[in-house]
Amino acid sequence: MATNWTINGVREALTAKKISARELTAEFYKRIEARNPELNAYLALSPERAQAQAERVDALVAAGKPLPPLAGVPVAVKDVISTRGTKTTCGSKILEPYVPAYDATAIERLEAAGAVILGKTNCDEFAMGSSNENSAYGPVKNPVALDRVPGGSSGGSAAVVAAGLAVASLGTDTGGSIRQPGAFCGIPAMMGSYGRVSRYGLIAFASSLDRIGPFATSVGDVARVLQAIAGRDPRDSTSTTDAVPDYLAEMDKPVKGLRLGIPKEYFAPGMDEGVRKKIEAGIEIYRKLGCELVELRMPHTDYAIATYYIIATAEASSNLARFDGVRYGLRVDGDSLVGMYRKTRGAGFGAEVKRRIVLGTYVLSAGYYDAYYLKGQKVRALIARDFREAFTKVDAILTPTSPVPPFKLGERTADPLQMYLADIYTVTGSLAGVPGISVPCGKIDGKLPVGLQLFGPAFGEARVLQLAQAFEQNGGATV
Amino acid sequence: MAKSASENSALAPEILAKYEPVIGLEVHVQLQTRTKIFCSCSTRFGDAPNSNVCPVCLGLPGTLPVLNKRAVEMGVRASLAINCAVHEHSRFARKNYFYPDLPKGYQISMYDQPLATGGWLEIEHEGARKRIGITRLHLEDDAAKALHEGFSAADKSYVDYNRGGTPLAEIVSEPDIRTPAEAYAYLTTLKQVMLYTEVSDCNMEEGSLRCDANVSVRLRGAEQFGVKVEVKNLNSFRYLQKAIEYEIERQIGVLESGGKIFQETRLWNQNEGRTIPMRSKEKAHDYRYFPEPDLLPVHVSAAWREAIRAAMPEMPDAKRARFVSQYGATPYDAAVLTETRARGAYFESVVQAGAPGKSAANWMQTELLRRLNDSGKEIEASPVAPAALAELISMVEAGQITAAVGKKVFAAMFETGRAAKEIVAAEGLGQISDTGAIEQAAREVIEKNPDNVAKYKAGNEGVFKFFVGQVMRATKGQANPQAINDVLKKLLS
Ligand SMILES: [Zn+2]
Repeated sequence: MATNWTINGVREALTAKKISARELTAEFYKRIEARNPELNAYLALSPERAQAQAERVDALVAAGKPLPPLAGVPVAVKDVISTRGTKTTCGSKILEPYVPAYDATAIERLEAAGAVILGKTNCDEFAMGSSNENSAYGPVKNPVALDRVPGGSSGGSAAVVAAGLAVASLGTDTGGSIRQPGAFCGIPAMMGSYGRVSRYGLIAFASSLDRIGPFATSVGDVARVLQAIAGRDPRDSTSTTDAVPDYLAEMDKPVKGLRLGIPKEYFAPGMDEGVRKKIEAGIEIYRKLGCELVELRMPHTDYAIATYYIIATAEASSNLARFDGVRYGLRVDGDSLVGMYRKTRGAGFGAEVKRRIVLGTYVLSAGYYDAYYLKGQKVRALIARDFREAFTKVDAILTPTSPVPPFKLGERTADPLQMYLADIYTVTGSLAGVPGISVPCGKIDGKLPVGLQLFGPAFGEARVLQLAQAFEQNGGATV
Repeated sequence: MAKSASENSALAPEILAKYEPVIGLEVHVQLQTRTKIFCSCSTRFGDAPNSNVCPVCLGLPGTLPVLNKRAVEMGVRASLAINCAVHEHSRFARKNYFYPDLPKGYQISMYDQPLATGGWLEIEHEGARKRIGITRLHLEDDAAKALHEGFSAADKSYVDYNRGGTPLAEIVSEPDIRTPAEAYAYLTTLKQVMLYTEVSDCNMEEGSLRCDANVSVRLRGAEQFGVKVEVKNLNSFRYLQKAIEYEIERQIGVLESGGKIFQETRLWNQNEGRTIPMRSKEKAHDYRYFPEPDLLPVHVSAAWREAIRAAMPEMPDAKRARFVSQYGATPYDAAVLTETRARGAYFESVVQAGAPGKSAANWMQTELLRRLNDSGKEIEASPVAPAALAELISMVEAGQITAAVGKKVFAAMFETGRAAKEIVAAEGLGQISDTGAIEQAAREVIEKNPDNVAKYKAGNEGVFKFFVGQVMRATKGQANPQAINDVLKKLLS
């Protein structure tokens, strides 16, 4: 019985006592056992923790007590998010033996909402990559098209939801790492505004860009998970004090009359023709729903990739300094302290991580800081201004999520620059700090998923969800 | 105080005199917050190693710093105390380098936007006052403590992360200091101010006050500074002077022999009594500073700053001036009485309890401070409370006991903690103002000393003091000196 579980479906089944949370958890572990060897999407499982949480949920059901919003919902968590007692490797050899002593805030909040955490999902090493091929533990296969990549860096989190090995999952997005895998695996995937979800416990790649966000099989479920993890956290100074709106109540409002901006810069040559056709068909859906389509100019878009790779690598070079073999994780002994550092980091980090550490170290170096990092910050401010100005004219911005459909495993690994360009439509919103979602927008030849991306103004997650849900409910997934 | 440079020097005094040293100090002060700067672990010193730690101060992956508001408040207090302008906006940056005592691989420190800039401190040295400029005060987190000795495995080092994350204020002076003695005076004054504001206990042994010096020399009259050398590890007042003296002479020696000074960092080695260059690997740092993305910019509103200012204690300079004007203390007395806040408070309590300022100052200096010093006690732990001292002073002032007896009584008070009145009554030390008793003693003295009587009558007034002394002795110091005078004048006339 391969039920496509949803959050509401779980709730109804538990309440009607058709299934217990323990049985549901067991069913998911059975599915994982059967399917994961092929997909390589889970790196670690936490059955004891899941069992204990399922028992708590079952006790609530038995006592007839009200169930929290995600009661009994089996979820998966990207392996860059700290989980007490369960290995957290970041897809890296350097953290192969690392078992955290504490839980990320998002983990605490998921469990407080009743979710059952099944395990940790594969990803590009330290979330650096766009195909999940940079994992030290092997690539994840796209469950929709097994010869293809699932996208990255949160490829495992996208794959487990798309394959029915979790009802929802958490990924992290720094330059597109939630939205692009969501698009590649054909499921909705969202990053809230920077500051909306606490980063406490998210093992940093680029602190000013990193965000935790959900994958699910419907926009509604994405909203439910986001609702559970969003909100101020005193342990993260950059988390906002803004109140979290009731997303589910907001998103059911009609979209007629809303203005959707279509930036010309995102439809330039270089986009795959199949993707273009699907996105154009997607735009038609909004036209039919009565949305006003507005052509936009966002003049600094072309500088986004360069800016992103300066800022993200600069921060990464510092964030990854703590993996030095002194306190936890891998240590390779050397003949001196510096020798130990070199051997540990040399053996522990993969090629892409090393490339980015070197790049980031370079852009922060004396004599280069002004030309690269400082200039990058200035361009970032201009990109953010593009967005602010756009949102004086439109309610949301519509673009493709990725210029290309899921590519074949190994197809792009030889050329890092080519791989970096996979993020061309997603990094802008990351730099600007605005919320963004990718929703399924048909499949090329009925096989390769395409994602449609929506950006909203800062802390305008409700608007983004509202438009995404309208799209989903009006045939977006099958255009 | 160390011997002056020229006494030990191989260089002739006239050679040394050709050069002018230029010195700036970088002082790290541990702020006395209850918890660390970016987490809520205790800052207590001396606890078992690695007992005051948490995921944040251990730099575990995924943890984030949260700024301790109290550390900012103390930083603002310290800034105001050294006359700095506190900026409304400041921010933390990351200073990146690898070392086991640095769990994140970077220190979180203010860099291009410090908390405060443009201050000064006035120092006093050999009677002259001099203003030393202060470039900046910024906040940062302290490193952990690496331990290399005392373990069975000789090839292993250990790290105690208890100290890691303790809030530090780094105070950088302008290169306004010209001699090792001025450097000593500056550090002493800075320490006094930090203690007054209660931002730090300034305990050098426990590392809560640390000092590095930037030293260069130039020919007297030259406009340009020489190449500066950073001297680290000056962790006591004594070493500070010695190390700077050594470094000045070293540089002059190099220049005199035709050599060049290189910009470098040197460590003071106390055992060898010299500075030693740090290995090039250790000094070739490019810290790759950039703004700390995990923290918001620090905002100190004018209202908050002024509230902190309003709660500031009176600073030593102001207190000194007031003690002179309000209590008629001499500048010297005022300096002694304001050396610590507690001393000033004690003095004012004695005055408030009724003692005249001048007497209070005298009694404190000649009796109280001496005995405290001898017994190694702080004034806060004085066995004689201010009110008890005031009572003793008023007894002397009122003529109930003589000053000489007062000193004996004070000694007993210090020993036993008993009140002056109690001691005087118990030991019959009350002053004799009864002229009958005095007269009897005076007559006996006069009878026994006919020669001196003759001298006095011949016009030698100096002999009068002899008679006073003898009568005082005969009355065991308890006679009222004025009464003795009156009686003797009457009998000798
Ligand atoms: Zn701590």
